[in-house]
Formats: sequence, C-alpha cells, structure tokens
Amino acid sequence: MSTTQANLQGDLPGHYGPYGGRFVPEALTSALDQLDAAFRAGVADPEFISRLVDLERDYTGRPSPLTRARRFGEHCAGARIYFKREDLNHTGSHKINNVLGQALLAQRMGKTRIIAETGAGQHGVATATAAALLGLQCTVYMGAEDTRRQALNVARMKILGAEVVSVATGNMTLKDAINEAMRDWVASVDSTHYVLGTVTGPAPFPEMVRHFHSVIGRESREQIFAVEGRLPDAVAACVGGGSNAMGLFSGFIDDANVQLRGYEAGGEGVETGRHAARFAAGTPGVLHGARTYVMQDEWGQTVPSHSISAGLDYPGVGPEHAWLHDTGRAIYESVNDSEAMDAFALCSRTEGIIPAIETAHGLAGVIRLGKELGPDSVIILNLSGRGDKDVATAARWFGIELEHSEFGASIELSEGR
Amino acid sequence: MNHTGVDLIGSVFAQAKSENRALLIGYLPAGFPTLGESVALVEAMCDGGVDLIEVGLPYSDPLMDGPVIQQAVDQALGNGATPQSVLTVVKAVANRGVVPVVMSYWNPIEQFGIDAFAHELQQAGGAGVITPDLTIEEGQPWIAAAGGQDLAPIFLVAPSSTNERISRICQVTQGFVYAASTMGVTGARDRVSNLAPELVARVRASTDLPIAVGLGVSNGAQAAEIAKYADGVIVGSAFVTAANAGGVAGVRELARELAGGVHRAR
Ligand SMILES: Cc1ncc(COP(=O)(O)O)c(C=O)c1O
Repeated sequence: MSTTQANLQGDLPGHYGPYGGRFVPEALTSALDQLDAAFRAGVADPEFISRLVDLERDYTGRPSPLTRARRFGEHCAGARIYFKREDLNHTGSHKINNVLGQALLAQRMGKTRIIAETGAGQHGVATATAAALLGLQCTVYMGAEDTRRQALNVARMKILGAEVVSVATGNMTLKDAINEAMRDWVASVDSTHYVLGTVTGPAPFPEMVRHFHSVIGRESREQIFAVEGRLPDAVAACVGGGSNAMGLFSGFIDDANVQLRGYEAGGEGVETGRHAARFAAGTPGVLHGARTYVMQDEWGQTVPSHSISAGLDYPGVGPEHAWLHDTGRAIYESVNDSEAMDAFALCSRTEGIIPAIETAHGLAGVIRLGKELGPDSVIILNLSGRGDKDVATAARWFGIELEHSEFGASIELSEGR
Repeated sequence: MNHTGVDLIGSVFAQAKSENRALLIGYLPAGFPTLGESVALVEAMCDGGVDLIEVGLPYSDPLMDGPVIQQAVDQALGNGATPQSVLTVVKAVANRGVVPVVMSYWNPIEQFGIDAFAHELQQAGGAGVITPDLTIEEGQPWIAAAGGQDLAPIFLVAPSSTNERISRICQVTQGFVYAASTMGVTGARDRVSNLAPELVARVRASTDLPIAVGLGVSNGAQAAEIAKYADGVIVGSAFVTAANAGGVAGVRELARELAGGVHRAR
C-alpha cells in the first residue's frame, strides 16, 4: 500500500481507524446527513424505541431463543455450543432486525418508498415484509444469478407486493445489485429511503445497521449468563457484509476474554481465485461508499467474488470488521463451499435445524473452533437464518432426487434461466 | 510557457469569457472502445471545437453512471484499459493544445498511490482531476497531493447540496466547479434539468470560480440553453453514443453541433 492509506481519520464519526467514511456522489450526502440525524434522534426518542421494541416482540418474535446444540457439539470436540436462533425470527433470518429499524426511520423522514439490494433474498424478503406492514412502496434489486439460485425468495418478495428488479450487469450478484440500488437512490432520494442490508456502505449505515442488530448480542449475553453463569469463550458468525456478526459481536466486544470469530466464504478454495475471502485475499480499498478490505486487482478494479452462498458472495466487507481484523480483536477465517455444505448436513441431522447456507459457513467454523478451544469451552454461534430458500441448491449438491415432487418443479424452474 | 494545471484551466475559461461564451467540455473514457480508437476519438473532439476534455478512467463499479457510460467503460476494461491508458489519452489531448482533465472514481487513484498519480498526470500534461465519489470530508489527502503538482482538484455540487456545503466545496475546489444538474446518474435526457439555473445561482453566490454544468446534455440546443448562464457545458453520454453510432466522424460532428450551440447562445 502507498501513502494513500494515510487517511487516518479514526476519530471522525463514521470511521473505524482508516476504514469506513463516506465515498459517495455529492447528490447523496444530504440524504446521508438527513438519515444520520433521523437515526440519532430516533434512537433517543422513547416513542420510536417503544415502537421498535413492540414490533420486535410482537411481530418478529423476539427474544430469539438460545439453543444448546448438544449433538452438533459432539462434532466440535464436545465443546458447549449454543445457537442464537435468528432463524426463528419472522421471515427466517436476522435481517428483519435491521429492516424494521430502518423502515421506521423511513416513515419518520416522511419517505413513502423503500428500496433494497439483496443477495440471498433474505434482506429483500424482510424489506418487502416491512413495506407491506407499514404501507410503503418497495423495489428490490437482485443479481440475475441470485434470482436464479434463490428463486423461492423472489416469489416471496413478489407475493408481498414488492417489485423485484433482476440486475444483469457485472457478475450479476450482490455487488451489482448494490450498484443499481445506489443509482436508483441518487435519482429518487426525495421520496425514497435505501434500506441497505448489512454493515457496509457510507456512514451512517455501518453504525446504524449494527445498532439495529445489537439486540442479538444483548439477548445472547443475558441468555448465556442465565444458563452458564458466565461469559462465553468465543462468539462466532458467518460474515458476508457482516451484519449478523456485528450484531452478536457488539454484545461482547468490550469483554477482552471473549474471542470474536468470523467466517467468510472460501468458495472453491482461496487458492483457486473463486472465493469471497476478503481478509484472506483482499486489500484495503474503497467500494460502495466506504474504505474497507476489497477483492481488487492491482489497478483497483473490483474482482468478482464466488460462493455457493449468495449472501456471502460479495467482494467487500463492513468497515468495522476491517478494523477489528487489523487490530486483532476479531479473527477471520475462510470456509470453502464443501466444508460449509458438510456442516449444513451435519446441523440438519444432529439438531433438526436446516440452516441457511450462509450460516453453514459459521457452523463449519465452529467445528474447527471447538477443536481449538476444547471440550470445556462455551461458544455461541449466530444461527443467522433458516435454509428453506436453499433447499434446491442443497438437493442439487447432495444429489437428492426431487423430480416428481413440488421441489423438483421449483429446481427446474430456477435452473431454466 | 510553463503553465500549471490550475493556470491552464483558468486561462481557457478566461479566453472563453473574453469571447462572451461558455466553454464546451467533453467526456470520453480512455481505452474506449480500444486505446488507439480512444485517442482518435478525443482528437476528433478537439478538432470539432471542444475546449476542455475529461478523460475518464474506466472503473468496474461506476455508481454515478447510467447504462451508456457503463457499457463503454466495461468495453474499455475488457480491452485492457488501465491508468496508463488514461495518461496516453491525456498526452494526446495536451498535444492538440486542448486542456485535459481526468474524471475518476476514487479507488483506482487510491490504489495507484495518490502522490504517484498526481505526479504522473502532471507529467502527462493533465490539468486537474474530477472525483465524482470523493467527498470533501475524505478529500484532504488528495487535495494536498494535487496541490503539490498544481493540479486542480475538481469537486461536484448537486441540487441537494446545502448552501453551507456548497461554500465548503468551493473553498477546496480549483479550476472550476462541476455542477451536477440532475438528481440522477449520467445519461442523455430529453430536457435539461430545471434544477440547473437555481444551482448555478447558488454556487455563484459562493465563489468566483467558473461553473460548468453537466448531466443530461445531448444536443446543440440544450448546450445553448445552459451556455446562457453557466461558464461551461459538460457533455458525456452523448459523445459515447455518437462514438458508438458514428465513430470518429460522429464524434467530430457532435462536437461541432455542441460548439455551435455554445457559441451562439449569448
Ligand atoms: C441467513 C443469512 N446469514 C448471513 C447473511 C450474510 O449477511 P451478513 O454478513 O450481513 O450477516 C445473509 C445474507 O443474505 C443471510 O441471509
């Protein structure tokens, strides 16, 4: 790296050491300022807080349980493994936590339309859901490759009344969906709020999205004290943009003895170049409004990512993760497609929980982590989502015959594109 | 004479002012469709009467650009465009006696190394750099690096910018202020944004720098309309479209039409 990394504005809001910040067209800065102000006012307003808390309880179904995974734990060297059950939230993943917060802010700002990008479709479904609930218009941008592999979620969004725009530029995945959502937003910012789905993007998004997911960490902390009477040795999560990880980490970040572990997608193997391992193979750069670790070539052109998991298939990562990585506070490893799919099967068969393929990367990480920390260790994994959306992909991976079933039809439908 | 980049930009605007007309500014990405062809295309712009040329540095994720420019930069990248291609095109423009500036998203400059980029651009005859996704808050290191080479750091203002922001942007901008007239991405539009005159008036209240208006201009009539009140008219997507449809001749012809609009406006 050159002198260009010297923009060490760590003390400015929205920065994490040299990471984060705001690299956006001028046309968006006033909207980001407005959002920043609305966010700070909202989270200090008892009425806003109680609306959000009520929705979390009565609509999402919070608190989500903390489930001891005994049989899965046997495969983690007998470590005491707990799953934070974000898969049980309404819409099936952690994504709803952030979306409800931002949708309420959109209303507070008087906006009548919300837009979102989505990879796995979970964030898109959550956004379409909140739009239906609050009576907002909704457009979701999704890479054409992802509309194919997450066809079930495309149907869910449409049923919920959202417009789904299939993005056929670039690699046709999450990165390209974000580009299109940003382009929409530049032109529609008066009426529209962009509900960014993870802890990436320009300030205040990383801080705000973390805030709305911090309920995961707060609940986990209370719950683990209730059952174990102590802090865990480690908390772990898969890392796409990094929102489910930041939500969990935030509850333990000040406890120096609690290790923070993140698992990114190793795809077909970091050595093959077909992966989404930003920390293993990326370098600091600017993408989608923030400085962070980016998969890029020597000229700063973004390099396409690859993962069996649409939600982890992204060449950037949240800027706070970049800083946690550099400072050593959190440790990030990559998990290949096949290791993740093994963990997907193991979790299904030992716990009766079919996880999202994103989550399966975290599960594979926890198998390694249990072996590293030993049988007496206590580990919490963020079980970020359920695997319904991934049944077609998994059936294909495991060679499960579904030709004469309804799922068979949906596989053919999704392969037809 | 040994002009600095900032002086060069100042003198072309001064010259146009003395002729009581606005400056015509044209954009094309370097390496589009190939490096050799892009040199010929910018030369055609020069011959057709463009006064200042924005040489685009192709980037994989151009958030501010509509489909026309997206496709052009994809094509350029596919044909191997790099920052070196940009420097080659900049030299070609300078050799024609026309002032070149670079238009680049931030990451490629950061990866090149900001001091190295400023130095090499200055050596190639470049006069400044337009950075559409670099906010002034993040821009301090670049402003210093550009200043070290007397290159103009050119920032954008938008209809949504507050007067307070416009004033801060004008304090760090040199050469000219880029007024993005539309809330939206690049691309030709049927009508020029009605937000532009108000924006230009607000910028005038903040600065004596020349003000150039861009986004959506595609023909001589639109150029003439803007040239009535702005110091410069910026045309991008329309040149890409002209290159796609008519190559060198198409670009030269569009440049002539736009130059005609700018010259007869006042
Ligand atoms: C279930 C699930 N987990 C994890 C992710 C990855 O996102 P993040 O890293 O922001 O939690 C996604 C994204 O689509 C998801 O659907």
